[in-house]
Amino acid sequence: MPILKVEAVTKRFGGLEALRDVTFSLYDGQIKALIGPNGAGKTTLFNLMSGMDRPTAGHIYFGGKDIGRLAPHQASRLGVGRTFQHSKVFDDLSVLDNVKVGRHAKSTAGLLSAFFTLPRHRRDERSISEHAYHALRRVGLEAKAEEPAGGLPMGERHVLEIARALATEPRVLLLDEPAAGLNNEETDQLAESVRRIRDQGITVLLVEHDMGFVMDISDEVVVLDYGRKIAEGPPLMIQNDEEVIRAYLGEDLN
Amino acid sequence: MVAFLRRHVAFLAFAVVMMGLPFFTSNTYYLSVLAFTATRLMTSLGLNLLMGQAGQISLGHAAFVGMGAYGSAILTTRFGMNPWLAMVVAAVVAAVVAGIIGIPTTKLKGHYLAMATLGFGEIVLILLIQVKSITKGTDGITGIPSLAIGNLVFTQYNPRAMHLLLWGVALLMLRMSLNLADSRVGRALKGLHRAEVAATSLGVDATFHKVQAFMISAVFASIAGSFTAHYVQYISPGSFTLTFSVLLVTGVVIGGLGSIWGAVWGTLVMMILPEYLKQYEDATNLVFGILVIVIMIFLPGGLVSLGSALGKLRTRVGGRDRRAADTSDPGSLEGNARRPGGAA
Repeated sequence: MPILKVEAVTKRFGGLEALRDVTFSLYDGQIKALIGPNGAGKTTLFNLMSGMDRPTAGHIYFGGKDIGRLAPHQASRLGVGRTFQHSKVFDDLSVLDNVKVGRHAKSTAGLLSAFFTLPRHRRDERSISEHAYHALRRVGLEAKAEEPAGGLPMGERHVLEIARALATEPRVLLLDEPAAGLNNEETDQLAESVRRIRDQGITVLLVEHDMGFVMDISDEVVVLDYGRKIAEGPPLMIQNDEEVIRAYLGEDLN
Repeated sequence: MVAFLRRHVAFLAFAVVMMGLPFFTSNTYYLSVLAFTATRLMTSLGLNLLMGQAGQISLGHAAFVGMGAYGSAILTTRFGMNPWLAMVVAAVVAAVVAGIIGIPTTKLKGHYLAMATLGFGEIVLILLIQVKSITKGTDGITGIPSLAIGNLVFTQYNPRAMHLLLWGVALLMLRMSLNLADSRVGRALKGLHRAEVAATSLGVDATFHKVQAFMISAVFASIAGSFTAHYVQYISPGSFTLTFSVLLVTGVVIGGLGSIWGAVWGTLVMMILPEYLKQYEDATNLVFGILVIVIMIFLPGGLVSLGSALGKLRTRVGGRDRRAADTSDPGSLEGNARRPGGAA
């Protein structure tokens, strides 16, 4: 059974059809890529999967449960983690504190515990710190734990978003253009991180324009064009698919 | 660790100074100014939590102070309720009202939230004036009993005890606010304020935490109102107007929204400066107006950021020659120029 299943999903914004009857599945332990020209509906699909928006028609099943109408925090608590195409780190918080927010739903200390630093607050804070450091180590950002997140270069901001999402202990991680703004060396490091994350049992779905990165890392690729799925399969098959080549006319998939 | 220690030193030093003051002066006028400063600080701390941490605004906070003051006044003078109990009941009512109006209004942002809370403040004020059978309208309520513990009665004629009570509570609220800022709930609020979608994608329930912050700020304001009512022993609607709401926000902004200490500095300036300006009659509002403008332009972090702003200025001025020699140093100028935009 797939861990995540997108079933006949359509999304309309007024008269604009951003997604039309899109169906595909994500299987446990996969790295899958979602590609397509700008405006193909990739981020829209991410928003639907993470509760930021609701499908006009169709369903999104996560572990058998329809998550299409959940609020973002509910989707997150079920195990859908995500990053954002346009950086959304908390600029004036430290790198570590950014990741600590990711432990929110995994800890319980409420208002009274916080006001009076009750034992539960202290227990929670210890566990939150440990897990947050662990998440930073997983992406190699632990050396910058105390720095303000706003000072990080673009690439590391995305890596921080990955650490933050990892801290929520997701089962599926949605990465929205993680390689944007990275140089070749950084992209290789990112690929290494993503593979490591997958090896730790987290299924990855990523949107990316860097075709070298996509073809190198993905087990399978889904191609969207004008809101419709035009191809799905292993990278080699996608690279030779005529309709995909037509959609990407002028862009070299190899 | 150092930051942790420094925070505690700051709090302890402030607490010792404030609690020690009545032992160095018995001037009842000074002590009464300080008493009002304590109650204002209680309200400011709640508002700082709401505006600075959670990023919400309230232009109707006078209403919650009024609900505390009137709640205490009505429950004690009409129903003979124990003042301490009345204070708790009034605070619970304020919390419930904040919860009810918070659920729809905290979904609003910016100007819309400001307008909604402003409207709420005006409605409460109109009720205080018009429901004369309960509030006695513009006449106000007199004969509000004093707070007491056994034989110890807290009145204006016992300013030292009054001071210790009010500042004890204000300092407790300050400690609570500082603790909250550095907790799971505090970080959730900061996350919501900085990038709401990101925080919710990390499992933070936006509505729950915003409404909760609104309720806390209402409770702090209500308690401040109750203490004021028992201290002055007379209240009237004129104290809970939009002007007061605006003054409350002004104090919090002048002090600085980025830190809990902003509420402290803002309150001290707002309460003590007018005492010096009294001799110039109408100068107070003028000075506050200018102060707000100057701070907005030159010190957007508020008074609390004065130290670090001066430090930055010094490195900027002094750093010029140094940078010429050492180009590898990423100067503070660059840090200011880089403002990555997180699109909504």
